Amino acid sequence: MLRDERVDRNTLAEIVAGDIEPGSFVNLGIGQPTLVSNYLTAEHDVTLHTENGMLGMGRAAEEDEIDGDLINAGKIPVTETPGAAFFHQADSFAIMRGGHLDVCVLGAFQVSATGDLANWHTGAPDAIPAVGGAMDLAIGAKQVYVMMNLFTRDGEIKLVPEATYPLTGVGCVSRLYTDHGIFELSESGTVTVKGLFGLTFEQLQSKSDIEFVDATGN
Amino acid sequence: MTKIVESAAQAVANIDDGSTILIGGFGNAGQPMELIGALLEGGAKNLTIVNNNAGQADEGLALLIKERRVDKIICSFPRQSDSWHFDEAYRAGEIELELVPQGNLAERLRAAGAGIGAFFSPTGYGTMLAEGKETREINGRNYVLEYPIHGDVALIKAFKADEKGNLLYRKTARNFGPMMATAAKQTIVQVEEILPTGSLDPENIVTPSIYTDVMVAIETESSALAAREQGAKN
Repeated sequence: MLRDERVDRNTLAEIVAGDIEPGSFVNLGIGQPTLVSNYLTAEHDVTLHTENGMLGMGRAAEEDEIDGDLINAGKIPVTETPGAAFFHQADSFAIMRGGHLDVCVLGAFQVSATGDLANWHTGAPDAIPAVGGAMDLAIGAKQVYVMMNLFTRDGEIKLVPEATYPLTGVGCVSRLYTDHGIFELSESGTVTVKGLFGLTFEQLQSKSDIEFVDATGN
Repeated sequence: MTKIVESAAQAVANIDDGSTILIGGFGNAGQPMELIGALLEGGAKNLTIVNNNAGQADEGLALLIKERRVDKIICSFPRQSDSWHFDEAYRAGEIELELVPQGNLAERLRAAGAGIGAFFSPTGYGTMLAEGKETREINGRNYVLEYPIHGDVALIKAFKADEKGNLLYRKTARNFGPMMATAAKQTIVQVEEILPTGSLDPENIVTPSIYTDVMVAIETESSALAAREQGAKN
């Protein structure tokens, strides 16, 4: 997949949604991954899991639908869909850790070539650490997709040979979706470029020590 | 035997200083605000609190932290836009934090209630939250040894109960309640409504009465929300 321009968050969310198999059970992380739900149609027949204890989560609640007992992992009031189920936290995380979720989509500070994920802690000494369900999600789902910008504001590439931020999980990310391209990762460290947006393969290669495999033509 | 008391103050009257208290709730959903309020009034101090979060805004757990009643908190996500009382206590070095991934927190509570000595979890392997912990490779996968979290007391919020102490919860307010009810020496429950024994379908009970020690009926917004939902269905 090649595009002349960098893609915006919504377009990227639409691309991710298109890669989710119909009938999947999916967990969408807080922030950018939440946008994916806007592009999951009835044909997708996707069931959303939220780690605070629900399968069949619906869209955000509006006005008189708002119910303080019905919230998502970001503590935002949501709705329930027909066929929804509630369960306690140990069951909810058994759904993850037990490998029952097909896909989870997470944000990240950094992703390494071997699929290590860093998304919970900047490592800054004065930061108050908070992890929530990130570490369980990272190692739990069959497929872990990450959505993030490929570069920091300072132009540093966030797909790195080895993560410098504290890790969330080791070798867990299978696909990386960014504003500048799509990457398939493997534990061996082979990074296959599946798409490039507003960047040539040569430009990408010049910004990283990772030896990329060009599969943008496939 | 489940003891039914008349007020939140009576329900928490026997909580000692220095207790480890498991408090249900994910954010404010399922947080037993009235029991926490009574605990605050009662003056118990030097507490260790186990909760998913570290309090929000100016209510519930946040006030216990504000009043410096909490020496240590075991939680997964203390940092929120409105967790200012925790932030202040933490930055002043006046509260100890044990950060636990959410699924490990739930499972450590479950293990405590189920009599499991310890368990190997894949969560957190290779991260700083597993530093110093025993690890093992099992069938090609790496795991971290995690120990149970036992409480002296659990404070939880349920939706409906019968007089025997069987409990039902409401929506995502269930969260940590069922595990915490099993993991403490004494489980204290605030519930919207206590019905006569036999009123609840035994097939639907989430927490069986054996875990419920003290119960108090306190109507909260949950009742109004449930009534609104029922009205919308009719």
